[in-house]
This record gives sequence, C-alpha cells and structure tokens, in this order.
Amino acid sequence: MSAMDDVQVKEGVEQDTVDAVKGLAGKYKYGWETEIEMEYAPKGLTPDIVRLISEKNEEPEWMTRWRLEAYERWLTKEEPDWAMVDYPEIDFQDQYYYARPKSMEVKPKSLDEVDPKLLATYAKLGIPLKEQAILAGVEGAGEMPAEARKVAVDAVFDSVSVGTTFQKELKEAGVIFCSISEAIKEHPELVKKYLGSVVPVSDNFYATLNSAVFSDGSFVYVPPGVRCPMELSTYFRINAENTGQFERTLIIADKGSYVSYLEGCTAPQRDQSQLHAAVVEIIIEEDAEVKYSTVQNWFPGDENGKGGIYNFVTKRADCRGDRAKVMWTQVETGSAVTWKYPSCILRGDDSQGEFYSIAIANNMQQADTGTKMVHLGKNTKSRIVSKGISAGKAQNTYRGLVSMHPKAKNSRNYTQCDSLLIGDKCGAHTVPYIEVKNNSSRVEHEATTSKVDDDQLFYCRSRGMDEEEAVALVVNGFCKEVLQALPMEFAMEAQQLVAISLEGSVG
Amino acid sequence: MAEPATTSNTTEDRLAAMTLPTGGWSDPARKAALTRVRDMGLPGRRDEYWKYTRPETLVQPDAPRAAVFANDEERLFANRDVLEIVFVDGVFDAAASGDLQMSGLQIDRLANAQDIHWASDLYGKLEGEGHYVPRPLAALNTAYATDGVLIHVTGKAEKPISIIYRHTKEDSDAVLHHVIKLDAGAELTLLENGPGAARFNQCMEVDVADTARFNHVRAQGRDHERRDATHIFARLGTQSAFKSFTLTVNGRLTRNECVIDLTGDDAIAHVAGACVGDGDFHHDDTVFVTHDALNCESRQVFKKVLRNGAVGVFQGKILVKEGAQKTDGYQISQSLLLDEDSQFLAKPELEIYADDVACSHGSTSGAIDETGLFYLRSRGVPMAEATDLMTLAFLAEALEEIEDADIAEELTERLSGWLRRRRG
Repeated sequence: MSAMDDVQVKEGVEQDTVDAVKGLAGKYKYGWETEIEMEYAPKGLTPDIVRLISEKNEEPEWMTRWRLEAYERWLTKEEPDWAMVDYPEIDFQDQYYYARPKSMEVKPKSLDEVDPKLLATYAKLGIPLKEQAILAGVEGAGEMPAEARKVAVDAVFDSVSVGTTFQKELKEAGVIFCSISEAIKEHPELVKKYLGSVVPVSDNFYATLNSAVFSDGSFVYVPPGVRCPMELSTYFRINAENTGQFERTLIIADKGSYVSYLEGCTAPQRDQSQLHAAVVEIIIEEDAEVKYSTVQNWFPGDENGKGGIYNFVTKRADCRGDRAKVMWTQVETGSAVTWKYPSCILRGDDSQGEFYSIAIANNMQQADTGTKMVHLGKNTKSRIVSKGISAGKAQNTYRGLVSMHPKAKNSRNYTQCDSLLIGDKCGAHTVPYIEVKNNSSRVEHEATTSKVDDDQLFYCRSRGMDEEEAVALVVNGFCKEVLQALPMEFAMEAQQLVAISLEGSVG
Repeated sequence: MAEPATTSNTTEDRLAAMTLPTGGWSDPARKAALTRVRDMGLPGRRDEYWKYTRPETLVQPDAPRAAVFANDEERLFANRDVLEIVFVDGVFDAAASGDLQMSGLQIDRLANAQDIHWASDLYGKLEGEGHYVPRPLAALNTAYATDGVLIHVTGKAEKPISIIYRHTKEDSDAVLHHVIKLDAGAELTLLENGPGAARFNQCMEVDVADTARFNHVRAQGRDHERRDATHIFARLGTQSAFKSFTLTVNGRLTRNECVIDLTGDDAIAHVAGACVGDGDFHHDDTVFVTHDALNCESRQVFKKVLRNGAVGVFQGKILVKEGAQKTDGYQISQSLLLDEDSQFLAKPELEIYADDVACSHGSTSGAIDETGLFYLRSRGVPMAEATDLMTLAFLAEALEEIEDADIAEELTERLSGWLRRRRG
C-alpha cells in the first residue's frame, strides 16, 4: 500500500487533484544512473582497505597513519542512537568504501581530458563542467549579468573528484580550490595543520569512520585579505551501487578573507539504502567570513520508504579569530534519514555564527537536524532560524544546542524554530538544549508548531491556484527567512525544490 | 527501555538500606515497583534524563545531613479554614493533625494497611504505566513508601486539605506516597508546605475523572540543606481540570517532576513554578505533558531567579499523540540571573504527531533589565530593593497561575518578606 492511500482526504479536495497528486508521489528528478565502468575496492572495512584507499590517492605515509589510527578508534566507538530516527542496522562490512570510474585511473590533466560520460552526467544534473559563467539549469539565469555570477565547481563522483573548474583564475587571486586528495599532495603543510583540528578524529562514530575511509572531497584556502573572486561549489554525486560516499571538506579562511561556498548532492533512485557520511571542517581566522550553503537533494527513498540515502554528516565551523563570521544555510529535502548538525564554535571575541535551515521531510523520510552554537569568546553572537516541514508519514526533528560559557560575556543568541505539519500522519519535534553559564548574555528561544493556515490556503485557492500550488506558495512563505539567506542561484533552485519535495503531500 | 543507568551496586546498596513494607493490599504494587527499580537502575550521572542534575545524593544509601532551619514564621495557610495533616520527618503526627473526616471525601493513611482498598486500583499505576522515560526514583517510592494519604473525593470538598511537612532531624530520610482520586464532578484544593525531611522522596498520583477539578499549591520548605525528589502523576478525564503551582525557595537540591496525561477530550492542565535560589542551590523542574485526546489545553509556566552560583534547570516536554487534534500546548521557561556565577540549563521539547495543533514554547535567560532598574533607582529606590522589586515582577507571571487569588497573595507577600529579610 502506498503511503498516500490511507492519508485522509480533506473535505473540499477534488478527487482529480488527489489522483494527480498521487501520480506525482515519489517523483525524484535525479534518480537516473550513469552507466560507466567502475573500479571497486573489495567489499568491507579492514586496515587493508584503509591502506588501499590511501594508496589509490597516492598519499604520503603520515596520511596513511592518520587514517589507520582513525580506523582503530572507530572500532571502539558505538553508533549513536539518540536521534529520533529509525532505520535497519547498517552492515558496515557489506559495502564498498571505494569506487571510481575506470577512466579516472589516470587523473586527467584538464577538463578536456575528462571522460565525456562523466561530463554528460554533470551536464544532465545542470552542473556542466566547463568554465561557463553561471550554473546552468537555473531558470532565469540567462538574464543575469554573466560577469558577476561566476561559480567554480569541484565535482565529486562516488569516491573521486572528477575535476575542478576555474582553478587558474582562482590561483591568480591566491585562492586554492582543489580536491582534498590533491591538497594532501600539493599542500601537505596546510592539510597537516588543519585536518581534524575542528572535528577531531574521534569526534563521533561517523566522523571517525570518515577519517579512516574518506576518499575525496574539496579543499579551499583563502589567503589573508583576499575576497574570493567567485562562488565556490562542490557537487557530490553518488552513482555506484552498495557504495558509501565519504567525502571530506576542509575550508580555511585566513585573516580578513571572504568566501562563499555551495554544496549540492544527488544520487540515483535505488531500492537499497546507501550511506553517506561526510565531514566538513571550516576554520575562520580573524575578521574572515565564510558562507556555506547546502542544497541537499539525495534520493529520499520511494513513497513507501524503500531505498534512499542515509545522510550522517558532521559539519563544524571554528571561528578562531576575533570578529570571525560564519553562516550555514541548508535546504534539506532529500535523504531517507538525515542526521546532521552544522555547528559553530565561537572562540574569537565578537565572532558570529548564523544557521538558517529548511528541512523538508515527506513520505517516509526522517530528518533529525539542527545546530550547535558554542559561545566561548566575549560579545559573540549567534542566530538560529530553523523551519521544519513534515508531510506524508515523515518525522522531522530539530535538535540544537546553545551554550554560553562563563567567559562568553555579553553574548547573544536568538533561536527560532518553526514546524509546519501537512497531514495527520507525520510528526514534528523540537529538542533544544540551552545552557547559560553567565548572566551578561541573553538567550532567547522560540518554537512553534502549526499546520498550514486554512485562511491562507483559501485565499490562494480563491485566486485560482490549485491546492498543490497553494501549499507550495504558503510553505515558501513560511521558509522565506531562510531562502533569503541563500545565494541567488541556490535560492531559486531551493524554491523549486520546496515545491517538488512536497508533491504528493496534499490530500 | 534504556540500559540500567547505574551499576546494580548503586541500586542494590540503596535498596539494602531500606525495608520493604509488607502485609496489605499494596503488596503486589510494591513488588512490581521493586522489579521496575531493578530493571531501570537508579539514575546516574550519564543518564540523559539527569543531564543537568546530579542524582548521587538522591540515590546514596543514607541521606546527607541537613541542618534543621530555625523557622520563626507563622506556617503558611494557617489562617484559612483548612484541614491540616502533619508529617514530621515523614511520620504522621496525629496530635498535630486535624480530624480526618470531612464531607465530600474520604481520607485514609497508607500506613494503615487494609485488605481491600479503593486505592489498590491506583497505587503505583499512574507511576508505573505507559511512560516514555524511566523514573526509577518514583518506582523506588512506590515500593518503599512508609506512609501517605489516600484521598477519595466524591463531591465538592468542604475545605482545602493542607499537608504540612516538618523537618526536625538532621539525617531524616522520608518516603511518602499520596493517592488522590477525584470522582466525576468532584473538586479538591490541596495545599502542601514544608521541607519534609533532610532527604524527602515524595510521590503523588492524582486521578481526575470527567469534569472533576484538582487544584494544587505547594511551597517547598526553606531549609537550606534539604534535598527533595518529588513526582506528581496525573491522569485527566474529559473536561477535567488540573492546576498545580510550586514555590521553591532554598534547598540544596530539588527535583520536581510532573507527569500529566490528558486522556479525556477538552481537559485542561496548568503547571507552574516560581523559584528563588541563592548560592549552593540546585533546582530542577522536569515536566512531561502528554496530549492523547481532542481539544485539550496545557500550559507550563516556570520562572527562576538565581544568584551566587545557583543553578536552575528546566526540562519540559509536550507530547502530542497521533489524533490529539486541536491541541493547544504552551510552555515558557525563563530565568533571571542576578550575577555572573549562576546558571540556567534548559531543554524545552516538543514532540508532535498531530497536524491540527497550536503548540509553542519559549525560553529566555538573561540579567536583570537595566532600564527598569535605572527607572526605579532614579525614583530613589535603593539598589537592593529595586532588585527585589524587579525579581517579584519577574516571578509574578508564574504566581498568577495560582487559581485562588488569596493564596496567590499570601505567597507573594511571604516571598517579598523573604527577599526583604535577606536584604537585612
């Protein structure tokens, strides 16, 4: 039985609408698969596999040791069970930890040498790997002035980085943007200094696993005083079957620099669930600023909860210097299970952390997501705006921590968590932790849970919109504060995604 | 169910220091509760539900010593027409108590075990059934309670019942368990005050039938060194009302848990608390409200004023079950930190499985409002007095939750007196 069948049809909804909506349920735009010859490491996780991954990436000895130590730690760790998510036990020995297209065996020297099949894959995803001015696939993009909207892309396909665009232009500005495997070889001093310094090797089960087996990911270094001349972006694509994707992202914004970073992700539609356990570390020095935006659109599973990505991600930013600033914006529409808490360590005085999130869970999806704001420095500020939308039989949880340490005098936090419920079979939950250990700081937390406002819906319907459009519009309004925080390309994509994700939720 | 929170040693050591009362209708319930305690294990530091409060002194075999506070004030609610029931260090004091006869209700003592009693249907039931979180201290109470009152309210109670808990011994360790059953349409106001004992484990089960009303006002004793672990379990029928307010001043450690199940449509539950803590003071309000019926209203209002390193904890949860449509759930927890050393730790939770609901929670923490303070100072009010005025104003929102305006006024006056005396 599909999840739609037993959802109560509200009065006044025409059967046509319901049928049309049912037809749309479970529609996932990026569910196709690229047929390409792959090369796998043997299934399962052993020290040999860890060594093999290190070898494939031609890593120096210190990196191999680092991974092996992480592997040893991982064996002693337990899978966390406190999140409000429920999924069958994962057999960590029954999957591949390394998969790369055969054609990537010899790393192409430039984008012209990349396998056309891979280029076609990204083109189909709307991320053509050529140095064009703007991300294609964004409606209305053509009308924008091309000069201002350059985006450099690092494309990660299963375990390897396929290519990075605009490297030359970025190099001229002094910005290093490459895959992390490249960075380990080319900039070992930076990697050694920063890798694992924000998310320690033994931070949590999944981060430790990632430390042992991460295969690729992106590396960004913005030197002092440099404003990165374009947006940087990484696009993650899982393609291979039974393969976990473990990418590692390391972003360093040196004193007084600025960078805006975008992340996108999709995966084919399959019956079996796949694991994605990433780690993102961001270091922000004095007066620097980083904006990190994610549109997460992994395959969410079908309407009966079959398949989909398990997205267990550790993301953390460390505002090391005074007046450092970080902004996380996330639109979480995909994944069968999400376990993700992008956090800010506000160490420097006057540093700032912001977290804007939209989490949409439809059908059988489960999302447990939120943030941690750890205030350590004086006069630090943080702001959390979280919008959770549940539909179908989904469960959506906001889980967050705001901590004001005794020395974080005159600090400030404002938190707003709103949940919207569409349908009577879903759940919306809020689990905030608030720890205030000094009195000159102010902490405010507000949360509401409600359903889509009938008056607003009625208004939209009376203007000739169908139910689905009306809900999408109301929900977009509900998410407005977060959508506004996204860079323009993403905001447009996100807005459409909000509507698509809710398809099948009305009725 | 989670893993036992502590090693079985801690639990067994504690159990070994107590004697299981036997011989009477409560035996099966006590034995079942003892099994629950052993299954759950007594709470330990790593227990998520005790994240912000260290339970060691509440579970160690002997009660930590608590000096008896020389209270020179007239006891609370003394000038009202109430039925007084007095417990001294957990032992019933017949001479000090009034006649346990009153129209509209029937009162028995738990210690006077009989073979058949109406309370056998309730004793340990609300405490033991259908909870999502283990509460081993409450199960411990059910198993080992030495006394308590069993009140069956059949109509409108003639006057309020006022239970007074006296503390006279430095090492007293009291375990009391009350059961209150309100029949359809019945009404009762229950007042409680006093420290109880050096360590006081108290549990109250309240079954509020359709259209019945239960009003509860409690003032926990001012003894600086006392330690309290209290639980209220309430089940609400259709169109019934439950209102509970607690004032806490002083005490080394207080953990007040309130567990409310709204099982009948159109029921109302309000829980509120005001606390003032100074120095070595740790106060924890843990509330769990479950909406399992249509059109119910729940309200939680908690205010804490903390100074000199005092710690305030609030863990509040609203659970709205599938089908509990038209729920109106509200929760606010606020703290006023009067100096740099005090702490406020909160976990206000919502867990919602119904869509047609309006639930909200808010939590704030911060220093005293400088503008308000400046205004009072500019009118010639000395600093200490201005601070007290601001403190009272801050707590007022919680005190306003008390249904009976006279009682609210008595408590407000008492509170203001305590603040004045501390100023000297």
